Amino acid sequence: MSYRLLRVDKEEPGLKERNYLGLSDCSSVDSSTIPNVDKSNLNFKATELRLGLPESQSSERETDFGLLSPRTLDEKLLFPLLPCKDNASATTGHKNVVSGNKRGFADTWDEFSGVKGSVRPGGINMMLSPKVKDVPKSIQDERSQAKGGGLNNAPAAKAQVVGWPPIRSYRKNTMASSTSKNTDEVDGKPGLGALFVKVSMDGAPYLRKVDLRTYTSYQQLSSALEKMFSCFTLGQYGLHGAQGRERMSEIKLKDLLHGSEFVLTYEDKDGDWMLVGDVPWEIFTETCQKLKIMKGSDSIGLAPGAVEKSKNKERV
Amino acid sequence: MGLRLPSKVLEHILSFIDSNEDRNSVSLVCKSWFETERKTRKRVFVGNCYAVSPAAVAKRFPGMRSLTLKGKPHFADYNLVPDGWGGYAWPWIEAMAAKCPSLEEIRLKRMVVTDECLEKIAASFKDFKVLVLTSCEGFSTDGIAAIAATCRNLRVLELRECIVEDLGGDWLSYFPETSTSLVSLDFSCLDSEVKISDLERLVSRSPNLKSLKLNPAVTLDGLVSLLRRAPQLTELGTGSFAAQLKPEAFSKLSEAFSNCKQLQSLSGLWDVLPEYLPALYSVCPGLTSLNLSYATVRMPDLVELLRRCSKLQKLWVMDLIEDKGLEAVASYCKELRELRVFPSAPDLDEANIPLTEQGLVFVSKGCRKLESVLYFCVQFTNAALLTIARKRPNLKCFRLCVIEPFAPDYKTNEPLDKGFKAIAEGCKDLRRLSVSGLLSDKAFKYIGKHAKKVRMLSIAFAGDSDLMLHHLLSGCESLKKLEIRDCPFGDTALLEHAAKLETMRSLWMSSCFVSFGACKLLSQKMPRLNVEVIDEHPPETRPESSPVERIYIYRTVAGPRMDTPEFVWTIHKNPEIGVSHLAIK
Repeated sequence: MSYRLLRVDKEEPGLKERNYLGLSDCSSVDSSTIPNVDKSNLNFKATELRLGLPESQSSERETDFGLLSPRTLDEKLLFPLLPCKDNASATTGHKNVVSGNKRGFADTWDEFSGVKGSVRPGGINMMLSPKVKDVPKSIQDERSQAKGGGLNNAPAAKAQVVGWPPIRSYRKNTMASSTSKNTDEVDGKPGLGALFVKVSMDGAPYLRKVDLRTYTSYQQLSSALEKMFSCFTLGQYGLHGAQGRERMSEIKLKDLLHGSEFVLTYEDKDGDWMLVGDVPWEIFTETCQKLKIMKGSDSIGLAPGAVEKSKNKERV
Repeated sequence: MGLRLPSKVLEHILSFIDSNEDRNSVSLVCKSWFETERKTRKRVFVGNCYAVSPAAVAKRFPGMRSLTLKGKPHFADYNLVPDGWGGYAWPWIEAMAAKCPSLEEIRLKRMVVTDECLEKIAASFKDFKVLVLTSCEGFSTDGIAAIAATCRNLRVLELRECIVEDLGGDWLSYFPETSTSLVSLDFSCLDSEVKISDLERLVSRSPNLKSLKLNPAVTLDGLVSLLRRAPQLTELGTGSFAAQLKPEAFSKLSEAFSNCKQLQSLSGLWDVLPEYLPALYSVCPGLTSLNLSYATVRMPDLVELLRRCSKLQKLWVMDLIEDKGLEAVASYCKELRELRVFPSAPDLDEANIPLTEQGLVFVSKGCRKLESVLYFCVQFTNAALLTIARKRPNLKCFRLCVIEPFAPDYKTNEPLDKGFKAIAEGCKDLRRLSVSGLLSDKAFKYIGKHAKKVRMLSIAFAGDSDLMLHHLLSGCESLKKLEIRDCPFGDTALLEHAAKLETMRSLWMSSCFVSFGACKLLSQKMPRLNVEVIDEHPPETRPESSPVERIYIYRTVAGPRMDTPEFVWTIHKNPEIGVSHLAIK
C-alpha cells in the first residue's frame, strides 16, 4: 500500500499552463492560468494555521467571488475529460452487464459541465449583483425569453442536468425498460449474445458463471477468474475491499497458478476435458461448455504442452 | 457514597429500552452504565459507515444481533456521487464475523457489497436470519445463492432496488428443500427468470411466508400459481402484469386474489394492463399500502381502483393520476398518511400532464392524517403551499420537487419564499424537508427560524448568497443531514459555523462556490470532521480560491478513511500538507 502525500509547494503539473481546450492558443486559457509566483503565495497564505474566525480571509473570498468572472466558469466547463476509470468492484471481470445508470466520473462531469452555463444564467447574475430584489425578475425574464413564454418548451439543455429531477436511477431504468418491453417480445432469457459457462474450482463450495462474450482474450478471462476465485485460495489473508483485493489476488493466485498448483481446464463439445489456451480464442468460445480450475496433480492426463504454456503466460 | 444499582438490575431495566437514542443517553451516565448498556445492546445502527471504525463497533457491542449501516450520501441516488466513491461493506462484515458471531440481521443501504461479503456472511453467522440490501451494488446472483444455500434459518431476504449482476435465475434453486423458515423474499430488482417450479416449491414449504415480491420476469400465470400456494401473504409484489388477454386468465387471477384475505400491501404492477386491474378489486378494501408508481395506467382506471381502497395509508403513484384523480383520493382514502407522486416523463419537453399543485391541495384538505409527502410537479404557487401548511400542520415529511429549476410562483411571479415559510412555521413537527422552485435567502431565514425539528434538509437551485447557509446552520437546531446542490453561497457561512458541522451527521455540497482554501481551513479547524473533495484533478493544481465541484463533510471518530479512490481527496489536518490521498495501488 503506497501512501502518497501531495505537497502544496512541490512542483506539480498544475503549475504549468493548462491548455484546457487542447488548442495551441486560447486567450481564455492564458488569462485564467495564474503565474507560478502568485500561486505559491496564495497557497502559503491558505495553509497558515489560524485560530480565530477567518474574517479577513472571508473578505478576501468575497472579493474573489466578485472576480469569479464567467470566464472562470467557462474554464470549468471545458475541463478535459479523462476516460472513465473502472473504479468499482474488482470481483467480477465484466461490469458492462450492469445497466446504463452506472456513471463513470467523466460522465457526470461531461453532462453537467456542458449544461452549467445554460442552466444557471441566473446563477451568475445572482453572484455578481448583490441586489436580491432585482434578481427574481431577471431570472423570470430570462426564463420566459428562453422558453418563448410557454412552459412546455423547456430548453433541451435542462433535460441533461445531472441528477435532476431527483429520481432514482433504478426508477429511471425501470421506466425506460418497461417502455421498450411494451414494444418487443420478452421471454425472460438472458440477453442476446451472452455466453454463460459455469466455472467450478476444486475445493470451492460455489460455482460461478462467466459470460465468455465479455472477454476477447485468454488474458482477460484468466484475470477475471483470478479475481473471482482468489477468495478461496486466500482464506487466511482476507480481503481489503475492492482495491486491496485486486492486488492481493494478483500476487497470490498468480503464484499458485504459476506454481502449477491450479490449472484452468474446460470441457468441450465432445465432453473432453482440455487445458485452456491450446486453441485460438474464437474457437475456444465456441466449443467451451464448462470451465474448471483443477489442481495441478489432476491435470496430468491432459496435453502436457499446455502446462508449460500456462506457466509462461504473461500476467498484467 | 451513592447507591449503586447491581448490574443485573440495570440490565433488566435496560431491556425495556429499545430506542438507540435513549440508549446512547444511558451510556453517558457513568462508566458502569456505559458497560452494562453496551453489553446488552442488540440493535446497532450506524448512519454513516465512515463515522466510526468497524472494529470499534464490534468491540463495543459484542452482543449485537442486528446491524444497520448506511454508506453513500443520499445524493448518490441521483448520480451525483461518482462510482467507486466508497461505502464498502467488507470491512464491517469481516469485523463482525470475527467479534460478533451471534449476529443475525444485517441491513445495508447504499453500500458496495461483493459476493465475497455475502459468502462471508453465510459462512460466519450460524443463526443468520435477516438480510436486507437497499440500493446496494457490487454483487451478483452467485452471492445470493450462497446466502440461500447456507443460512438454514433464513427468514428475510430482501433486495430493494439493488444493482445486481444477474447471472441467471439459478440462485433460487439453492434454497435447500429443508428450508422452511422464510418469512419475506424480495427479488424484484433482478432481471432473470427464475424457475417457477422452484419458486412454487419454496413457497409451498414456507408456511410463515408473509411477504413476497417478485421480479418482472414472473408471468401472470406464475403469479396465480404462487398466490394459490400462499394465500396467507400480507405483502405482495407482483411480476409482470402484461399478458395475452384471455378470459380464463382474468378469472383465475381474480379468484387467486380473492383468496388472499390478508393482503395489505401491493406493489410491482409493472406493465400493468388496465383490463387486469379489476382482478385486484377484491383485495382493495383491505389494502393499507399500494405502490402504483410503475403502473402506466390512466386516471379513470386508477380512480376505479382507488375508490375501493378506503383503508389505504400509503399511496405511491405517478402523475398520470392527475389532479382529478387526487381529488378522488382525497374523498375516498381518508386514512392516507403517505403520498408520493412521481413524474411519468421526467424530461420536461415531453407530455403535458394535467397534474398541478391543485392535486396536492386536494389531498391536504381531504386526508386529515396525511403526514408524509413527496410530490413532483412542474410548477407551484405560494397560495397552494399556504393552504397545505394550514390544513396539514401535522406534516412530518414534506418533499416538494418543482421540476423546473428556479421556477417562481407561476401566478404571481414571486419566489416561493412565503410558501415555504408557511410550511416551516405551520408544520411544527416537520422532520424532513426538501425545497425547490425559486427561493431567495429569505426562505432560508424562515426555515432557520421555524423548522426546529427538521433533521434532514435537501436544497437545489436556490438562494442568493452566503446568508442562506448562515440562516440554516445557525437556525435549524435539529439538523443532522444537509445536502445542497447548485446554490450560490461560498465560504463565509460555512467557516463561521464550522462547529455546527460536528453536531450533524453529514453535509453534501455540490456545484456551490466553496473554495478549496476554505475546505482546507475547515478541515484544519475541525479535527473530527472528514472533509472530502471529489474532483478529477488534485485540488491543489488550481487556485486556492477556485470553487470545488463536490464536497462531502462528515463527522467521524475514525479519522480519514483508507479506501478513497483517485478522485476523492481527504483534506489533511496538517497545514503543511494540502491533501492526503491514500492510494492503495
